[in-house]
Amino acid sequence: MEDKTFTISVYSENNVGLLNRISGIFLKRHINILSLNVSESEIENVSRFIIVVNTTEKWVQNIVGQIEKQIEVIKAFYHTDEETIYLENALFKIASSLLFDEKQIQNIIKDSQSTIVTVSRDFFVISKSGRRSEIEELYEKFKPYGIMQFVRSGRISVSKEKMEISTLLETFK
Amino acid sequence: MRISGAEAVIRCLLEEGVDLVYGYPGGAIMPVYDELYKFQDQLHHVLVRHEQGATHAAQGYARATGKVGVAIATSGPGATNLVTGIADAQIDSTPLVCITGQVGRHLLGSDAFQETDIIGISTPVTKWNFQITEASQIPEIIAKAFYIARSGRPGPVLIDITKNAQFDEFDFSYEKCTGIRSYVPVPKLNLDKVAEAAALINSAKKPFIVFGQGIILGQAEEQLKAFIEKSGVPAGWTILGLSALPTDHPLNVGMLGMHGNYGPNLLTNECDVLIALGMRFDDRVTGKLSTYAKQAKVIHFEIDPAEVDKNVKTEVAVLGDVKEALNAILPLIDAKSHDLWHNEFKELYKIEVETVINEELNPTNGKGISMGETLEMINKHSKGDAIIVSDVGQHQMFACRYAKFNSTKSNITSGGLGTMGFALPAAIGAKMGKPEREVVAIIGDGGFQMTIQELGTIFQTQVPVKIVVLNNEFLGMVRQWQELFFDNRYASTKMINPNFVAIAEGYHIKSKKVTQREDLDAAVAEMMASKDSYFLEVMVEKENNVFPMIPTGACVSEIRLS
Ligand SMILES: Cc1ncc(C[n+]2csc(CCOP(=O)(O)OP(=O)(O)O)c2C)c(N)n1
Repeated sequence: MEDKTFTISVYSENNVGLLNRISGIFLKRHINILSLNVSESEIENVSRFIIVVNTTEKWVQNIVGQIEKQIEVIKAFYHTDEETIYLENALFKIASSLLFDEKQIQNIIKDSQSTIVTVSRDFFVISKSGRRSEIEELYEKFKPYGIMQFVRSGRISVSKEKMEISTLLETFK
Repeated sequence: MRISGAEAVIRCLLEEGVDLVYGYPGGAIMPVYDELYKFQDQLHHVLVRHEQGATHAAQGYARATGKVGVAIATSGPGATNLVTGIADAQIDSTPLVCITGQVGRHLLGSDAFQETDIIGISTPVTKWNFQITEASQIPEIIAKAFYIARSGRPGPVLIDITKNAQFDEFDFSYEKCTGIRSYVPVPKLNLDKVAEAAALINSAKKPFIVFGQGIILGQAEEQLKAFIEKSGVPAGWTILGLSALPTDHPLNVGMLGMHGNYGPNLLTNECDVLIALGMRFDDRVTGKLSTYAKQAKVIHFEIDPAEVDKNVKTEVAVLGDVKEALNAILPLIDAKSHDLWHNEFKELYKIEVETVINEELNPTNGKGISMGETLEMINKHSKGDAIIVSDVGQHQMFACRYAKFNSTKSNITSGGLGTMGFALPAAIGAKMGKPEREVVAIIGDGGFQMTIQELGTIFQTQVPVKIVVLNNEFLGMVRQWQELFFDNRYASTKMINPNFVAIAEGYHIKSKKVTQREDLDAAVAEMMASKDSYFLEVMVEKENNVFPMIPTGACVSEIRLS
């Protein structure tokens, strides 16, 4: 079986130790987590983990089984890139002087459909959401001018199919 | 009722029906110990000699009784000493609740005296764990702990309680936990899958059952017997499934795996339908996966969905409670006898008897007492009614291969983790849980010295366990591997041992050492007749090997008889 990128989504009760348990499942199998995002989900008091890994389908099934076994985990799913809508977010901090001295910068911002988050006397901050490749492309464009700081978030994604978590939760009651 | 957190801990245990706990005191758990003193009429505390002994004793208790075992320890080193037993319980699905003390909440994370992140340490080896930092959390969390430990696929749970939470007072009330929103302990049985499985079994020419501990944990021994008898399917067992079916049942064909019987291993690669009942295809059972039962359609009866298709691809997975599933499938099964197929097992058994078993049980090589004949002697005097607790090594394999069992929950051993030092404390727990039964621990000279200090617990509690040390003056199992796979290079496996009898007598335990075959019978008879604990050291042949054997990484049909 060949390696592929999989997005694992985990719906869980909010619990202090759970991140440790979940990351341990990857650690134990020596599988590298490419990106991890934890946030509130559409359901009150239910958290959602989004974990991106590069591995085989057999392994990802096995991992999802082990994740679902954790007491606080309500349900875990995995999807391929084709089955999800996903993106990352990045922030670029750039010296303000460039905004006025380098006319090209303004074009880059416009063409890349990124937004200016803030402008101060010394620097301005650009936010760009999109696929990894789009963010990398933008990075390459800014790079020659000098990037003061750069940060990229973990992947967030929603599936194309329905994920019936609310109905599932109803059945638990 | 306004009480302290420490008192609440005791009251919660009583509410859960606990009357016996194993533990070792220390600073961070002292408030709980103070309450144990107050409640000693209702809750008996056994002071072990090392916290590892507490977890193993609690395991022995749980495995013999089917109830939850409880171990208590202080923070830091007390807590870390529990970890081996917890890991052992996790892999062998043993229900345990471990309670550890922790430094006060305001000190957490400050590297305070005897502070250890036991939640972090125990996470990979517990079914669930939780740190309590406020007294008022105690009832709910302990109720959850017991529910999680015993429900579904059982396992160990650890509850860490900060010292302030033990001291603080709150209004106590207790409610048992009956469900947790995100936790489905037993998947719902799918009757279509049951019917599919039944059809496959009915059409099979050479069906074969392999059963594991799931039968015992699911209390499905009767159902297993009925299923085997109606379907006529020969059944083999994993080491943890041992004793779920009486040894002398005509359809019991023996043990699977690395040192299992010849027939069941070989014929695993010949059966057309393999019916796995409450077992998880451990690698010690399957050998090389790529050649394991490839010709067979596999039916897997399993409570834990994560085990299905994990190691072996199944044709039909019957998820759910094994007892319920067997009850459902029984009426759908055709009554058959499969005589020809069963004869294949018998033929292979004959070969094994001639090449291995006869010589092991009645040695003619003039070498010395064999482990096998010692086991036979124990069978003779126990008549198959004893609980046998074995440690880890060659003696364990001999015990599991040769000990006879009439009833379930009689074989207690460390299967998945293979923890040396397990048997002595586990035997204490087993005997305390089942005082009416004879409990015999079978231990190697190596493993005995890993928890030898629990002789002190035996002396102090006067628990009448029988201890048999099979002394070959080697770390026998490792030596066997060195002989077979490392050119006889016996690196650090020779043991220069102390005078074990003197040590046991130092603990005021009646003892005997046997070096001659002709003394064995009388010594075992005396041990079994003893009302008190008894220590028997048997000097056995130094370089005996356990056969059959499937070398690691080899396929089950490459099983070697010598
Ligand atoms: C705690 C622990 N350490 C090491 C091992 C590896 N090991 C497995 S069997 C064995 C030898 C056991 O020797 P002994 O207790 O004398 O029993 P024998 O094999 O001689 O019957 C060892 C060292 C283990 N299983 N557990």
